[in-house]
Amino acid sequence: MKQLLLAALAVLLVCFSATAQETSIQPVLQEHQETILKSSRKTIGPAIDAIAASGLPQAQAVLEAWANKEMWSRESDGQFFKGEEAEDKQVRLIDFDTGDVVGAIAKSDLKQLKPNSGIRAMISTALVRFQLMDPDPAKRQDALTSIQRDPEASLLEPLRASFESETDPVLLAQKQRLERLLTIGYDTDTSARITAIDDMSGDLGVDLRATLNPLVATTRAVAPEAVPEGINVAKILSPGEDDFTEAQAYDMLVAKGLAPPRIPDDAIRNALADNISGGRVAGFPLAILDNDENRRAAYIRLAEEGLAPPFVTEEQIQASLGQHVFFDSYADRSPEVTEAAVAALRKIDTKVGLNQSLDLVLDALSLASIYFLAAIGLAITFGVMGVINMAHGEFIMMGAYTGYVVQQIIPDHTISIIVAIPLAFAVTFAAGVAMERLVIRWLYSRPLETLLATFGISIALQQLAKNIFGTQARPLTSPGWLDGALVMNDVVSISYIRIAIFVLALIFLGVFLFIMKRTRLGLETRAVTQNPRMAASMGINPGRVNMLTFGLGSGIAGVAGVAIGLYAKVTSELGSDYIVQSFMTVVVGGVGNIWGTLLGATMIGFLQKGIEWLNPSNTLAAQTYMIVFIIIFIQFRPRGIIALKGRAAGD
Amino acid sequence: MNFLKSTLAGSMVFASLATSALSAEDTIKVGVLHSLSGTMAISETTLKDTMLMLIEQQNAKGGLLGKQLEAVVVDPASDWPLFAEKARELLTVHDVDVIFGNWTSVSRKSVLPVIEELNGLLFYPVQYEGEESSKNVFYTGAAPNQQAIPATDYFLDELGVEKFALLGTDYVYPRTTNNILESYLKGKGIADEDIFVNYTPFGHSDWSKIVADVVALGADGKKVGVISTINGDANIGFYKELAAAGVSADDIPVVAFSVGEEELSGLDTANLVGHLAAWNYFQSAESDLNDEFIETWKAKMGEDRVTNDPMEAHFIGFNMWVNAATEAGTTDVDAVRDAMYGQEYANLTGGTAVMLPNHHLAKPVLIGEIQEDGQFDIISQTVEVPGDAWTDFLPESAVLKSDWKELGCGMYNTETETCVQTLSNY
Amino acid sequence: MQRSFIAKNPSILIFLALLALFTLGVTVLSEGFGIGVISTSFVKTLGKTLCLCLIAVAMDLIWGFTGILSLGHFAFFGLGGYMIGMWLMYERTRMIVVDSLSQSEIPATQSEIVDAIGNQIFGVVGSSEFPLIWIFADSLFLQLLMVVLVPGLLALVFGWLAFRSRVTGVYLSILTQAMTLALALYLFQNDSGLRGNNGLSGLQNLPGVTASQDAVSMWFLWASAFALGAGYLLAAWVVSGKFGSVIKGIRDNEARVRFLGYSVEAYKLTVFTLTACIAAIAGALYYPQAGIINPAEIAPIASIYLAVWVAIGGRGRLYGAVIGAALVSLLSSWFTGGQAPDIPLGVYTIKWVDWWLVLLGLSFVLVTLFAPKGMGGLIDLWTDRRSPDRHGADLGPDAGALREQEAEQ
Repeated sequence: MKQLLLAALAVLLVCFSATAQETSIQPVLQEHQETILKSSRKTIGPAIDAIAASGLPQAQAVLEAWANKEMWSRESDGQFFKGEEAEDKQVRLIDFDTGDVVGAIAKSDLKQLKPNSGIRAMISTALVRFQLMDPDPAKRQDALTSIQRDPEASLLEPLRASFESETDPVLLAQKQRLERLLTIGYDTDTSARITAIDDMSGDLGVDLRATLNPLVATTRAVAPEAVPEGINVAKILSPGEDDFTEAQAYDMLVAKGLAPPRIPDDAIRNALADNISGGRVAGFPLAILDNDENRRAAYIRLAEEGLAPPFVTEEQIQASLGQHVFFDSYADRSPEVTEAAVAALRKIDTKVGLNQSLDLVLDALSLASIYFLAAIGLAITFGVMGVINMAHGEFIMMGAYTGYVVQQIIPDHTISIIVAIPLAFAVTFAAGVAMERLVIRWLYSRPLETLLATFGISIALQQLAKNIFGTQARPLTSPGWLDGALVMNDVVSISYIRIAIFVLALIFLGVFLFIMKRTRLGLETRAVTQNPRMAASMGINPGRVNMLTFGLGSGIAGVAGVAIGLYAKVTSELGSDYIVQSFMTVVVGGVGNIWGTLLGATMIGFLQKGIEWLNPSNTLAAQTYMIVFIIIFIQFRPRGIIALKGRAAGD
Repeated sequence: MNFLKSTLAGSMVFASLATSALSAEDTIKVGVLHSLSGTMAISETTLKDTMLMLIEQQNAKGGLLGKQLEAVVVDPASDWPLFAEKARELLTVHDVDVIFGNWTSVSRKSVLPVIEELNGLLFYPVQYEGEESSKNVFYTGAAPNQQAIPATDYFLDELGVEKFALLGTDYVYPRTTNNILESYLKGKGIADEDIFVNYTPFGHSDWSKIVADVVALGADGKKVGVISTINGDANIGFYKELAAAGVSADDIPVVAFSVGEEELSGLDTANLVGHLAAWNYFQSAESDLNDEFIETWKAKMGEDRVTNDPMEAHFIGFNMWVNAATEAGTTDVDAVRDAMYGQEYANLTGGTAVMLPNHHLAKPVLIGEIQEDGQFDIISQTVEVPGDAWTDFLPESAVLKSDWKELGCGMYNTETETCVQTLSNY
Repeated sequence: MQRSFIAKNPSILIFLALLALFTLGVTVLSEGFGIGVISTSFVKTLGKTLCLCLIAVAMDLIWGFTGILSLGHFAFFGLGGYMIGMWLMYERTRMIVVDSLSQSEIPATQSEIVDAIGNQIFGVVGSSEFPLIWIFADSLFLQLLMVVLVPGLLALVFGWLAFRSRVTGVYLSILTQAMTLALALYLFQNDSGLRGNNGLSGLQNLPGVTASQDAVSMWFLWASAFALGAGYLLAAWVVSGKFGSVIKGIRDNEARVRFLGYSVEAYKLTVFTLTACIAAIAGALYYPQAGIINPAEIAPIASIYLAVWVAIGGRGRLYGAVIGAALVSLLSSWFTGGQAPDIPLGVYTIKWVDWWLVLLGLSFVLVTLFAPKGMGGLIDLWTDRRSPDRHGADLGPDAGALREQEAEQ
């Protein structure tokens, strides 16, 4: 079929060029001027085909210019040119045939052609033929991407033909893969298709599933008595079984006009309203028609009088259901192919399921690491020192804004992040120390009031950030090497930025453990936490230790802020988005133990993703149920997952 | 003691305000009811500035009915109950003749009873979910059939999308819009299982799973498109995750109804090039009127400021009100309302907007592709589409229509030919 | 009982007298019933402020007297508002629907009416079915009962779980905060059946009432003033007797009270539930004046502000809570309303809209640090009620309290 078409086109082309000896592409364009200017995917097809099939060497250039929005039409005569924008709202026009500059014209006398992405896709499909053999590997890649996006039967032959000349092994592999996919979808030889399916089976690619699924997509149909010939039946259905209710079956019959429709309540009402005479309907006074029972009675009488269609009885429904056969049928006519496809898909589905759970685990881990990162500073200030710092979220925000400011000064994203991290630590460390010295140290004996005072600081800081940076979200752009995602296969992938956050969380865990277990500050902190008076008598200055510990916790919050800003957004409300979750992470995990915080974050992360997986259409519900779960969890383990025992647990 | 004093002090302030209102009878007062603080300040402050600019321009032209216009700006602080309170204050204490204001649907619903009770006049400039028609409100933003439906048509016809992901923030505008779209798509033959709906909270940032879900939709070989009613900040995380997942606009196009020039200025748009937005106005629209508007705006507010769709809505609404008041010869609400029907005013995008008897505008629908510089490249522009208060694509509201001019009813049931209600039920 | 309850607490009389005077004054000055100096919108503000004072009294009872810093009382306040809002919306819509359906020739069936009401109420959020929680919405009496029952039950269950497992101090604060966050998130969902983010609106229009808002706003002001008076009296009575002594004991040292044989959990639970009910009543009066209730109202921040009011006003004194709530909320609306004059500093102009929250935050820190007794402390100075000389020894964690002196009384 396809070859025939091509041949016919070729013949046409020969005639055309033979008679007119045409070497200019402008007439082809002019012939389709109207559709080109209209620029709608639905009508543009013939124009693109005509250009592609013109056989002229310029065709490729025209199509490329068109797709790149570089084609302009001169309003005075409708001629098409390639255009380059010049100064003073002028456009330099270039003739497609000669490549000469025609001259510059004011923009207002021209119309730029802006093909939408649907048309661009069609142009690229048309370009595939030219580009498959192009010496430029980038253009060959374009061609392959285009085939991948819009596979078409006609592309199979050119694709196969391009194998020989392909020098790039990567592109060759891609071509071979695409060839297999196109074979499954469009080859005329059934056995070739089945071989291709077997070749590819077990592959996880979305493109393979996208090729196989349409083959096995079923449509539900109904036929009187028996299934018609020539239909590739997937399944014969019996109404009332397998999620196919009798009501659905009957509705199908009604939709096909094979059975009379049932009478719904509003139809009864309308029929009654149409037959009012002298304040009565079929003898019933209007006033008593305010319940369904009387209405039905009146309607039945109307039906008896022939004024309305009668009710459909249950027996009638059963009878018409019995007279028809319902079935699902495959779109593809060949049972061998659909069988092979179903088998291949079944095999893939298990694999996909496994990989999806893996992906979910990765997502959950990533979320857990974000919560952990946000909470680790709190694990120090709240967990170790017992200070409730409601302004913790604002320290995270300060860190993120520090990153933003640094990025304004240092445009290179990599260097700016390297500078921003220590700077964010320094800024929030200083803020933390200042806050501890000025406010918190006076309130060590009044924990509830620490909560309130730090909340006061929190709203002041938040408003201050709004006053300085505005309420609009600020961009914090990650360096180029963190763009993109680590793709294991088409199902499992995780963005590099999330991996970076995960690594950062691990580093912080290490830093925390190192400081607490291996340094003097850690030793002193633990001593002061356990018994400040005893520690003081051992020559430790509790004030200094508290100050440094608090500063450390705040500083870590600042660095977390940079990371969170990179992955999400920088706004003045950034901190308050995380504060409740952070507290819950620490409380669920168990106060005073970093492993508890880690467990808490992991639990919350996995829980939230788990609920999201169960109810994918409502993320808000996932958050609600997670909090409810945490509340209930705390009722049963009020001291968290890892509870401190003995004296350290005392209030 | 202090309690009493403070209340007394408060009432003194109000008393003095009341007297100052009496002494300034020689101006026409225009109320501006936009949040200047709180979460919505970012969007609404721009509209307040737009109103001040428009009033200034009008005064320079000689005012209205021989009097100068005076803007009365109040701050409802993104607090929905406060909107009602401030609206009452504008109408009773300041005696304004017209109010321009509100952004969110919930704030409009909060103001409605007050406006209707006191017979005020409100111009509401933001695209919204429809299903409402108040006698006292003119809706200069887009109804769903002026934004959502054309954009969906564009997806179906121009991009060949066969499978839809409707992603939205969980509030009324996305909910209702998605409802309308779902029923519209089903009418177009899209099967139930080919429509994926997801709602996320305001400011959501963890998008990896949702983006993965959307990508996985492509597994059955149908072209997937995303219709996004995601609001505000949450867009940033969403687009970042899309970019990280390597999803290009050619694979899975996203059309957004709440992302305009203002929102894009907070984003690095390099990764978003090619994704779409549907509005009635883009700053990149080419017309002399638009150039002039942008120039005045930038001269007043600074070079880096952008213009957006709700600003155009206020531009049209304000000028229509001025013309209607001139025609009526008074700023009396009932007279102005009658003069409003059929008012025409030039769009900034070329063409004219017409005020319909259902209090909505007929405006063209534009679809733009995001460009590197944070502007939109307009790739499709329809003719003027008349705004429809009650959508035709939900069975309950398909039978309803609004016509204040002929029928004097905002919720008229064409089936039973009765007026359901003349006051809104908020 | 040797001395009467009122005689022991002269401040109650003073408070009630001032409240009556205030109500009378507003009535005389109002648009609805007086000379029209105070605009109706300001009457509404004052009425709402009275409701806020009432919930502040509840907060003082639970925090100032029992020592439980609940950061979730606005959840109960909001629930109360939702409960009354459901009836208001249902009834108003029912009247519209019945009116509209009566125009057709065939009388409507009961289910048609209910469907039409559902369609009107939920049409805006894309649904038309009545969720189960609206089951009592057609009855004012039942719904009024729900105003107290639903928040009370929530408080009872939550409190029982929390107190039973001995969650105390800051943990409890965070837990209550989580509770209100969960409730707010839940209500934000459309599926919750309370119209999601849009909430219930148009509540100021009482069904069947044709009086103007000038009059309605005064009715609500009177009701709020009455509720505040009654709530204050109740709270004062609760804290004055033996019960009051026990809860103050729990505040100061829970373990000791427990060892004395009191069932600490039962006392805490009683106070928690009682205050939740008071908060709910305050909410039920507040939202018909505000006109709209939506989930943003019960976000955690609202409850924290409540704590701020009480702290600034002075904990452990009922009038302190009232002063704090009235002063801070009125000042807040004055500053953010754009009425406060800007302060030009030459290079920079301080706009109060921008800087009020910074000022509030900082003054809050200062109050906590330097005046833990809040503004109520000023009245102490005036009445010459000084803190006792503690001879250097601290009585316990809550150094701001007046335990010794109270112990002597």
